[in-house]
Amino acid sequence: MKANDNQTLHDDHEGVWTFHGGIKLPGHKDLSTQTAINKLPACEHYTVPLNQHIGADGEILVAEGERVLKGQMLAKPRGIISAAVHSPVSGTVETIAEHTFPHPSGLAGLSITIKNDYKDEWTEHEIIGDDFINRSSHDLRNVVRDAGIVGLGGATFPAAVKQTEVGIETLILNGVECEPYISCDDMLMREHATEIVKGAEIVAHIINAEKCIIAIEDNKPEAIASMSQAAAESKLDNLIVQSVPTIYPSGGERQLIKVITGKEVPVDGLPADIHVLCHNVATSYAIYKAIYKGEPLISRVVTLTGHGINSPQNIEAAIGAPVKTCVEYCGGYKDDASALIMGGPMMGLSLETDELPIIKATNCLLVTTSEDISLPTSTAHMPCIRCGKCVEVCPANLLPQQLYWYSASKDYDRAIEYNLFDCIECGCCSYVCPSQIPLVQYYRYAKSDIWEQERDRKKSDMARERHERRLERIEKQKREREEKLKKKREALAKNKGSRDKELDKKKELIAQALARVNEKKSTKHIKAQNVDNLTEEQQKQIAEVDKRRADMKKDKH
Amino acid sequence: MLFKKADAPYLSNNSNVQQLMLKVIYALIPGSIAMFWFFGWGVLFNLLIAISVCLASETMMLKFRRRPVQPALMDGSALVTACLLALALPPLAPWWLTTIASLFAIVVGKHLYGGLGFNPFNPAMVGYVVVLISFPREMTLWTPPMGVGDGWPGFMDTVTIVFSGVAPVGQTMDAITMATPIDTLKTQINLAYDTEYVRAHRVYGELFGPVSGVGWEWVNGLYLLGGIWLIKQGVIDKRIPLSFIIALILISNLFAVIDYSSYSSALFHTLSGGTMLAAFFIATDPVSASTTPKGRIIYGAGIACIAYIIRNWGGYPDGIAFAVLLMNMTVPLLDYYTQPRTYGKSERRS
Ligand code: SF4
Ligand code: SF4
Repeated sequence: MKANDNQTLHDDHEGVWTFHGGIKLPGHKDLSTQTAINKLPACEHYTVPLNQHIGADGEILVAEGERVLKGQMLAKPRGIISAAVHSPVSGTVETIAEHTFPHPSGLAGLSITIKNDYKDEWTEHEIIGDDFINRSSHDLRNVVRDAGIVGLGGATFPAAVKQTEVGIETLILNGVECEPYISCDDMLMREHATEIVKGAEIVAHIINAEKCIIAIEDNKPEAIASMSQAAAESKLDNLIVQSVPTIYPSGGERQLIKVITGKEVPVDGLPADIHVLCHNVATSYAIYKAIYKGEPLISRVVTLTGHGINSPQNIEAAIGAPVKTCVEYCGGYKDDASALIMGGPMMGLSLETDELPIIKATNCLLVTTSEDISLPTSTAHMPCIRCGKCVEVCPANLLPQQLYWYSASKDYDRAIEYNLFDCIECGCCSYVCPSQIPLVQYYRYAKSDIWEQERDRKKSDMARERHERRLERIEKQKREREEKLKKKREALAKNKGSRDKELDKKKELIAQALARVNEKKSTKHIKAQNVDNLTEEQQKQIAEVDKRRADMKKDKH
Repeated sequence: MLFKKADAPYLSNNSNVQQLMLKVIYALIPGSIAMFWFFGWGVLFNLLIAISVCLASETMMLKFRRRPVQPALMDGSALVTACLLALALPPLAPWWLTTIASLFAIVVGKHLYGGLGFNPFNPAMVGYVVVLISFPREMTLWTPPMGVGDGWPGFMDTVTIVFSGVAPVGQTMDAITMATPIDTLKTQINLAYDTEYVRAHRVYGELFGPVSGVGWEWVNGLYLLGGIWLIKQGVIDKRIPLSFIIALILISNLFAVIDYSSYSSALFHTLSGGTMLAAFFIATDPVSASTTPKGRIIYGAGIACIAYIIRNWGGYPDGIAFAVLLMNMTVPLLDYYTQPRTYGKSERRS
């Protein structure tokens, strides 16, 4: 391949690699690709959950009753891995309350409900446009961060965080869209190829990538054609559109990286470890909008499809718009609609109700009938016959039957040893299992059980620590108290000592006094009375007498 | 609107165990028709007896273990066990021998270990080995293949032999039965004759046919075809039969090249006796075989080597059943040490 014709389409699969396993699935894509992307009309209310991404909830910036403008930040990212959310319309903040939103846990999350005033008034926003080339990576990353952009392929990892990785050589744009039914990326690539490529240019500038590869499954010839054209017009050298074989799950980030580079992302590592950054094409489009239009992520393309909906199509819906309204816009449910799934039929999340908002992760709403899916009629399944079909298809190259065995018997240590946590929950194993074991369910259960235990362990660790700390504190207090007491006692003792000394002194003084008294007494005893005022003569006489007396005493002895 | 909650994935290729088992049965049909053609009514009786006893004991055991009977019986696994066992037993085996083998296969080989999916040993081979050890004489009751000598006995004669255990009036068991080529060759070589001599022998020579024994070429050839169909259908994995056959060819060639007079050719080994039945139908029993890709290759090759050793130097006519059971025992180890390298993991140090 010459250096300058690398902007052409590889319509064969030359130069792509394979990953282990995978399955061929019926696509059902054309169900929803018959019409152009339509814009969902404005709705009365929008419910914007704070937690639409991987990472911490944002920090709320508005209050109930406050007027907000379109594109105004409602919550700012808190911590490193977090994302902002914005108001999709101008209006008032009606409530800030718990609201159910599409989440595997089924729990409610804090959401901001905006009542639309239909004025469509934009907040102030900066348009950078082609000038991005003169901006620093840091600045641009901040724009991406403040625009609340997350991975739109479904993983919803904050995009700006990914872009902080250094040493990236290859930027891969993921336009694979391997799950059946979903066509939002396909339609976006058909209609907004230039914008997507511009987004890629921005990201390539931010991370200083050497080359950019746009990967598209070969079942989307229209998307490949329009993207190739946009790529050819791009200023970016080393921009390639690469068609990849249609095999599920080649759109999984790790699988796609293997297909494109032939290298595997280390288990405990990140794509950056092998110098790759992967963004979804829709993410790239969102980045384009943030830089060229100054628009934060307040809408996305959603595929509404399945045999249970009247007119399947792709719509551009604002984040926070009610799912119900979207379905109504697409002609409503058919009578035999049986299930509502957010995402595709392999990894999607089944929703119990349509009273939920569209969130950043909502790439597809699949309304199924018995024609689309086969929900198990009973929970009983056959035992595993160890046929190994699951082993053949597992893209992570695991031994699903062993994982099943250990997950079902709750032998979690062994399950972890058999790399349970490397399972990407793609569902290939469940798909082929002749015993129709809901394998992925077992894995999910085991994983959450292990997390639970881990949390409990951590909690009890923490509790223990707390307890230990408490004990320590008590001990310390006790020690301190004792110390104090001791000091006090010592002080007391010292006091007492000094008192004693004083006493001693007193005693001494008393003794001295007594001694003096005694001395006095004895002298008195010797001394003649009334001798004080005597003359010298008299005293001499007395002395002589005394001497004599004393001599006499001596002689007596 | 409210919907039923379910868990991903919502799709399935809708394969099921029953379907797999039925396909195994279909794939057995051409080979068993050849068996019937060359070895007579006894083959049919074996099948009938084994199937009835296996299904009956399966039902009994399920009831005994308080398991739902209907789904387990319908999965077809007991049927497959019965057919494999019946096709491995000699055609003139007395009815009680087949019955005992079937009972052991289902009751001990399968249910005492916990039923389908939990049995570490191939049930059909458990049944087979039990009667092979206990009744070695009855296990040699093969008929001469169609076209050799008088061929196989008629319907009524077979009924007499199978159900009363004695030869029909005016005949002797020895005259009616005839050892298989593998057995014959081994006996004669042990008596210090060489392969050329045996093949040219006035009495047994006829038995060997052009390649590997009259009838056996057909039987094995048709099992091979059935097996290939199973691989194409995705019912069995090609690794076990391939490694089995390749290993058998390699090892038998090696010895044949060293000493042509005492060791028969690779062609003889691969197309005689139960080789193809074992390669495609018995060794591939998923429950008792290794499940890892590498493990399966070792597993298949291991069976071939052990079977070859027993065929040539062991005390039993054919060693496949022992080989399968021996390799069954190695499966937990094989599976453990041949785990595939998980995506993104550096090569496993084991
Ligand atoms: S596909 Fe199902 S039955 Fe087969 S080995 Fe895997 S889990 Fe067991
Ligand atoms: S769900 Fe997990 S175990 Fe099953 S095929 Fe996918 S990665 Fe493998």
